[in-house]
Amino acid sequence: MLANVVKGAGNHWPLRRRAILMASCLALVLLVLLSLAAGTRPVSVPTVFHALIAYDAGSAEHIAVRDYRLPRTLLGLLCGAAFGVSGALIQATTRNPLADPGLLGVNAGAAFFVTLAAGFLGLQSTGAQLWFAFLGAIVVTVLVYAIGSGGRQGSTPIRLLLAGVAVTSILSGIGSAITLLDPVAFDSMRVWLLGTLAGRDMNVVLTVAPFIIAGLVIAALISPALNSIALGDDNARALGTDINRTRLLAAISVTLLAGAGTAAAGPIGFIGLMAPHVARWLLGPDQRLIVAGTMVFAPILLLAADIMGRFLLQTGELEVGIVTAFLGAPILILLVRRAKASGL
Amino acid sequence: MNRPTDFGDRFLVVRVPRDGPGGGLSMRVSRRTLAACMSMLLLILLFVVMSMTSGDYGIPLSDVARALTGQGDETLKMIVLEWRLPRALLAILLGAALGISGAIFQSLTRNPLGSPDIIGFSTGAHTGALVAMLVMSGGYYETATGALIGGMATAIAVYLLTYRQGVEGFRLIIVGIAIAAMLSAANVWMIRQAELQVAMSAAMWAAGSLNGLGWERLLPVGLALSLLAPSALALSRPLRQLELGDDAATASGVSPNHVRLLLAIVGVALIALATAAAGPIAFIALAAPQLARRSARTAGIALMPSALMGGLLLLAGDWAAQHALGFELPVGVMTFNIGGLYFIWLLTREGRK
Repeated sequence: MLANVVKGAGNHWPLRRRAILMASCLALVLLVLLSLAAGTRPVSVPTVFHALIAYDAGSAEHIAVRDYRLPRTLLGLLCGAAFGVSGALIQATTRNPLADPGLLGVNAGAAFFVTLAAGFLGLQSTGAQLWFAFLGAIVVTVLVYAIGSGGRQGSTPIRLLLAGVAVTSILSGIGSAITLLDPVAFDSMRVWLLGTLAGRDMNVVLTVAPFIIAGLVIAALISPALNSIALGDDNARALGTDINRTRLLAAISVTLLAGAGTAAAGPIGFIGLMAPHVARWLLGPDQRLIVAGTMVFAPILLLAADIMGRFLLQTGELEVGIVTAFLGAPILILLVRRAKASGL
Repeated sequence: MNRPTDFGDRFLVVRVPRDGPGGGLSMRVSRRTLAACMSMLLLILLFVVMSMTSGDYGIPLSDVARALTGQGDETLKMIVLEWRLPRALLAILLGAALGISGAIFQSLTRNPLGSPDIIGFSTGAHTGALVAMLVMSGGYYETATGALIGGMATAIAVYLLTYRQGVEGFRLIIVGIAIAAMLSAANVWMIRQAELQVAMSAAMWAAGSLNGLGWERLLPVGLALSLLAPSALALSRPLRQLELGDDAATASGVSPNHVRLLLAIVGVALIALATAAAGPIAFIALAAPQLARRSARTAGIALMPSALMGGLLLLAGDWAAQHALGFELPVGVMTFNIGGLYFIWLLTREGRK
């Protein structure tokens, strides 16, 4: 492992890994095109380009591409990268190969605040839900980190996870009390809980984009330090890494990414779990490559799931959150059934 | 010569001579465990008294006592004997069932997180109930049957998917989480497709509630528990051996896979019993065995203290759900908070170390 890190530091990434990254970027571009073109109203690729360059408000095909599928696709790219990279950061900083943003209470926090907004303020519009979900995700993630890193020995992975589970269960208890007593809040929650990219306009994309991009930049900047954290706290200190600063930056990045992603798309599971594993499996244990690869693989997974969801049902669409659960669970099972779970 | 070995814990030794009544009985009970069990029993009694006396219709303790001895007017008797008493007893019995079931699974997986919730039983039960309620628009018995089938099928699927030259605890938990995630996605989708009214009553059921349960539910539960609890206790010694690891257990004459299968059947049957009677009640099975272990200071997970702790938690939770907030909630909503407090408690313990 040390040999790998040292070798990676010299920027001699093998040709194979670069080829894999290139190929997956190409696959992502193809998926973006497919996501713009495919659906109940199929649009040919030339028309997609026309709609993007020379928009004609009178053409139904142009409207479908520009007003519905473009925001949806951009959201898929942004949220995919956000979920994936936040998962990669949590897995690296907690040294837990099975960690996921949902475990830190992000989804529960967002859901709780959306419930509060619907139950007590009567707010059910997508815009209001967006801001409440974001606020909730941030407040609860900060809370979980604060609880998890309180006490003498600072934040250990297990304390962080326990804090996440504790906060999640208390919030879902109170949340379900509210929804069971208030049909309006219940109705609003059962829609929000599905997790979907559809039905969001460009405003939603533009609102969350700055937060997600900031989070991704932080993630890219700290990824070299994550390599030494992977060796254990003592070794990392010996190598000159400021562990607390790296953990803090990682926490900020996770909060921004998972909060904004969940706010825009609702709780979508497994992307944050799966994408870093795919990256590790294809590109090796270098955290810089894992973070970079996750930024590509996670949107691929999310867009592919979204496109599949458009065709799986006879009538209507299957929400992407459901597709990712049904794709992700078998992969997780395969992972643990292998001789040893893929380590960090 | 006759003094027991000192393991740092004081024991009461009960010996009946071979020719005495009960013939040749000999057992050792840790004083600490005995004291803990006694205090749990006292607390249970306290909460029984509280749930008998408090409510919309407050009844003084003397009137409760009169109703219990068959005196007093008809209304009083109905409230105490038909409504409040069976509900409190049911809370104790179902809590005990959940506690034992959790103890079995945590011991089998050698992991404090290995509860039936974790291996997907509760989510599977919810799926089964939703299918029965929404797709087949079934009533109470159909829902309970659906929940049982769903829970059992999920537990079996998780067990089979985990099986690879034996069942390893860590793998069982992860497979359980994966299957539960898949099923809860399906549940959310089904709830979305349904009419609001139906979906809400399904959610109410899924929270787990003791509302309106009376003698007609208590008797079958008591009967089933009187079969299942002794079989769990009978298996508790091989269970202790299994905690030492398969090799050590085999060396001491236990057949690991055989015993594990039997224990899993008993554990699933217990949780199925609770689910069928009151819906999936979260977290009791997770929290009770660990809290019991800490308060009774047993070496491993012990079934009897877990059962008492489970009964206490569910009874207290049900009392709080009914009376603490001014409006009535399903007890399952309260047990979520019990679960949260349990994790916070784990956290502070972790911090003190």
